[in-house]
Amino acid sequence: MGQTLYQKIYQSHVVGKINASTDLLYVDRHLIHEVTSPQAFSGLKLAGRHVRRIDLTFATMDHNVSTQKRSLDAAGETSRKQLEALAENCAENQIPILDLTHPDQGIVHVIGPEQGLTQPGMIIVCGDSHTSTHGAFGALAFGIGTSEVEHVLATQTLPQQQAKTLKVVINGQLSAHVTAKDVALAVIGKLGTAGGNGYVAEFTGDTISAMSMESRMTLCNMSIEMGAKAGLIAPDDVTFAYLKDKANAPQGEHWPAAVSYWQSLHSDSDAVFDQTVQINAADIAPQVTWGTSPEQVISVDTPVPAPESFADETKRDAAARALQYMGLSAGQKLTDCQVDVVFIGSCTNSRIEDLRAAASVINGKTVAAGVRALVVPGSGIVKRQAEAEGLADIFKAAGFEWREPGCSMCLGMNDDRVEAGQRCASTSNRNFEGRQGRGARTHLVSPAMAAAAAIAGKFVNITQGDWA
Amino acid sequence: MSQIFKAGLVCPLDKNNVDTDQIIPKQFLTSVSRDGFAEALFYDWRYVADGVPNTDFVLNFPQYQGASILLTRANFGCGSSREHAPWALQQYGFQVIIAESFADIFFNNSVNNGMLLIQLSKTNIELLFKRCAQGPQQWQIDLASQEILFGNNAAMGFSIDPDIKQRLLSGLDFIGSSEQLGAEISAFEAQRKARLPWLG
Ligand code: SF4
Repeated sequence: MGQTLYQKIYQSHVVGKINASTDLLYVDRHLIHEVTSPQAFSGLKLAGRHVRRIDLTFATMDHNVSTQKRSLDAAGETSRKQLEALAENCAENQIPILDLTHPDQGIVHVIGPEQGLTQPGMIIVCGDSHTSTHGAFGALAFGIGTSEVEHVLATQTLPQQQAKTLKVVINGQLSAHVTAKDVALAVIGKLGTAGGNGYVAEFTGDTISAMSMESRMTLCNMSIEMGAKAGLIAPDDVTFAYLKDKANAPQGEHWPAAVSYWQSLHSDSDAVFDQTVQINAADIAPQVTWGTSPEQVISVDTPVPAPESFADETKRDAAARALQYMGLSAGQKLTDCQVDVVFIGSCTNSRIEDLRAAASVINGKTVAAGVRALVVPGSGIVKRQAEAEGLADIFKAAGFEWREPGCSMCLGMNDDRVEAGQRCASTSNRNFEGRQGRGARTHLVSPAMAAAAAIAGKFVNITQGDWA
Repeated sequence: MSQIFKAGLVCPLDKNNVDTDQIIPKQFLTSVSRDGFAEALFYDWRYVADGVPNTDFVLNFPQYQGASILLTRANFGCGSSREHAPWALQQYGFQVIIAESFADIFFNNSVNNGMLLIQLSKTNIELLFKRCAQGPQQWQIDLASQEILFGNNAAMGFSIDPDIKQRLLSGLDFIGSSEQLGAEISAFEAQRKARLPWLG
């Protein structure tokens, strides 16, 4: 019997057995940031251990940096302490870091691929759940906790058990303005936020093959929101072209050897998945979440569902509670819904393609009165490119704030927050209660949908009318 | 052999999909220490806007003060990977969580902190909530025999991964047990360098 891509990567990283069900796996790349690493470094020190492979460890500052000013203390005293702790831990252990003085600094899941640190076939971990993003390169990438960060620092390994495999087949052509974000939300709407629990999901099909690396990253980024341990896309020529000549990608004679190895990284045709789902790309319309979980999502033109329409009792209760929190009523149309804040950014949608898509919708128009809109590029590289392409000018002329790279309003750990009761069209990945600020009402959308909402002051269907 | 992992009061949290942003909101994540998170647990639910306890939230009910076993529903701990979530639960006093299912990362984080997470069928979870509805419950969790003991000889069994059971019973050091494979790690590194030299 053939193997799935996940099984191939897993097997090739087994260092040894811990017991019958648990293997010790080798980690090829460990990405760290300021929020989930300080306790790991202090634990390491306390136990008299050291970092085993500084050459496979890489740090950035992103979660609580200010995006208004590139200064350590701009986001407050406790954030400064945490950023300083990361800087000190990296200096002490000689771990490379993209700090605020580095022009390429950015969100950990944006900079990994940009720096060529993310490569097919690797096992990549980071103390952040959206590490699933790197699966777009055919790497097995997943989020870990701080105890595990400490474990990886000390041993460059992690005990793991084999997950089940889920195949998500997506075929067909996406409509204009329908993006990977809409695909991701539609898949989560279908499977539910716990639908992927215990699984590693592999996305395949001609829709995926036709996607850019940026789009693939958006899709894999959101796989954690369906509860999957990781998302995976087999590497192909699009992947190799992206990686060629990136700073940390294989160079010289190593390049052809690496490519030939990477070409072996796909699921065998006779591989058996534990579960398979099929999605028709042509059926997907622009998606907007209406509730407080990414699975509470509808096409922009569909009325907000009534709690009674859910057969499952717990879904019914969750819907009623979500409608109350979101200040919505059943049957209401989101296209009648005023927005107060628009956030374009986060590791889901802050790459150059996302900013291009958003800018293309603006096209000389201006942000609606009363709407606060901001664009936070994912990294210094994205920011410079957007400025060179004139995208920054389009955003600024339309009335968007143009910020420095960081996580920003995705989780509001810095000073970028949505106020209680405010409605936000956000390109991030979580619409949980309070995620963007206490009482904040988050609607997850694609960058083009967010930009259009900023202009119109409410949600619009960008596949129709003047927008199309 | 019987070994009581935990005996204590049960607090029923009747919710699905409780995410780690709810368990501990982001404003408490800037700490560089591992302690001091008990107050932050379920902060947005436990307190009304001005820091006054929310008397409608189950954790604040007088009959559940001092609870050490948390009973909840499906997909508990979903969302962010923050280990601050199990730290907050544990520091508040919860050593055992019983649920229909848990998110992967949260599950691992909790086990790595020596907490016991028990997964039961929806039907059994329902039965446990029914028990709680009758009044405050004191249960014992026997890890060796894998049973929740309700008193009066009533019990409910649970299954658990044998590795995790062993780790919780023996208190094995997480990193230390992997370090015992030190020779294998070095051998793997040599083999990896020969096979995929560009990885270093
Ligand atoms: S952008 Fe948001 S989801 Fe992504 S790493 Fe930062 S906080 Fe996490």
